[in-house]
Amino acid sequence: MEQVKPLLPLNLLPEATIQSGFPALFRKEVRRFYSVAFQTVGAPILTAVLYLLIFGHVLASSPKIYGYEYAAFLIPGLVMMSILQNAFANTSSSLIQSKITGNLVFVLLAPLSHIEFFAAYVGAAMIRGLSVGFGVFMVTIWFAKIPFEAPIWIFIFALLGSALLGSMGLIAGIWADKFDQLAASQNFIIMPATMLSGVFYSIHSLPPFWLTVSHFNPFFYMIDGFRYGFFGDSDVSPYHSLFVLLICMSLVSTLALSMLKKGYKLRH
Amino acid sequence: MSALSIHAVKKSYGDLVALDGVSLEVEQGEFFGLLGPNGAGKTTLISSMAGLCTPDSGSIKVMGHDVQKDFRMARRQLGVVPQELVFDPFFTVRETLTFQSGYFGLNKNDDWIDEIMANLDLTNKANANMRSLSGGMKRRVLVAQALVHRPPVIILDEPTAGVDVELRQSLWQFISRLNLAGHTIVLTTHYLEEAESLCGRIAMLKQGRVVALDTTQNLLAKHRPPGLPPKILGDDGAADLEAVFVKIMAESK
Repeated sequence: MEQVKPLLPLNLLPEATIQSGFPALFRKEVRRFYSVAFQTVGAPILTAVLYLLIFGHVLASSPKIYGYEYAAFLIPGLVMMSILQNAFANTSSSLIQSKITGNLVFVLLAPLSHIEFFAAYVGAAMIRGLSVGFGVFMVTIWFAKIPFEAPIWIFIFALLGSALLGSMGLIAGIWADKFDQLAASQNFIIMPATMLSGVFYSIHSLPPFWLTVSHFNPFFYMIDGFRYGFFGDSDVSPYHSLFVLLICMSLVSTLALSMLKKGYKLRH
Repeated sequence: MSALSIHAVKKSYGDLVALDGVSLEVEQGEFFGLLGPNGAGKTTLISSMAGLCTPDSGSIKVMGHDVQKDFRMARRQLGVVPQELVFDPFFTVRETLTFQSGYFGLNKNDDWIDEIMANLDLTNKANANMRSLSGGMKRRVLVAQALVHRPPVIILDEPTAGVDVELRQSLWQFISRLNLAGHTIVLTTHYLEEAESLCGRIAMLKQGRVVALDTTQNLLAKHRPPGLPPKILGDDGAADLEAVFVKIMAESK
């Protein structure tokens, strides 16, 4: 009969210490979307290209904006829209799936702090958003000549915008109990806010009422600031946009962290 | 220091009282049974120990660490096998265990993961996606996930519900070895013959209260229903604990 090797007695094991679980949770979240990259990265790139082909063709004869033809104006907006929507989709879909299938319990049983949890989910959402944005840019760049007047602003707004939408996705994923609640927040809040943020037009082409309304849409500042990095020109100052974005990021991340700390809808 | 120290824990969900002042001490190295009918509060108590729910009052310590105030060390000391058959469909068995180990900060843990897989007969499924596994195999992975950080206290919430004899035997052999190596085991099960043969002490819960708490031997001796022939523990004792359980549940209000 095979001799079973005795296990090392518990008292001979090294004393348990707390080491961060953040790297593992971050890697897991990145692997989760990467394992279905065709759907999570490929499909949004195709969608953005279709937008460019349709709107770019239909509005090709539009007057130049910031001195550039319409397709050149449109591409940075599409890139940023893709970054924002996919960062939101990553955290929200991962959380709701884990909640509904019940496998979130494995994360909740681990000695992860609310800050590690937040950083891992939002970090992975940023990676997905930025991957899609980079993909959209690499595919669409061939359709128009795009300048790079102030590239630092491109990175600042891409990073902060993806972090903000990743945090908003985290809140939506925690809050939603069902897939249709999440779909509602995506279709009735995120989608209209991004589409009406000046992706497809300069807000100065809007009537006064809608121009004023646009200034209350935080997504407008993200798109406008990001676009400034390309054209060195924008509807409002990039410093103003950055200020709005930082305020939004502070509010949203504070809310998300507080929900995680309290275990809102996660721990009963 | 007790492995588990539960003091006057109360938890309600609206009008439903799930735990009504539960107090228990489980000593290090014990194999402890937590029995009760459905809805008695066993899973709520386990969830409270694991930090999955917050008691309304009372305190719980795992290896001396409060599960609310010192939750990181408390969770580091605890491994829980959940009752529901849950899994992450994106990953293989090895990836699942590696990530779980990483959540506890253990990034170079392959030797122990290999040993767990070998003991639970998962080695040849290491690279299989979780979706492709049978229910019994998924149950083995659940057990493995609870053990990746080699916690001193292991809680098994109905680990053998709906699984075959082979898994039961390999699971109990492995858990018994862990117990011999010094791990504290807390088991909830509806298979009372398992509890009788494995657990040194047993607590019985009913409607959120502890209605019996003693060594298995004492419970069998004190509460044997009249008319049943005396039996020796382990000698086909299945009917014994079942009869004792039914009697205690009927007597407690």
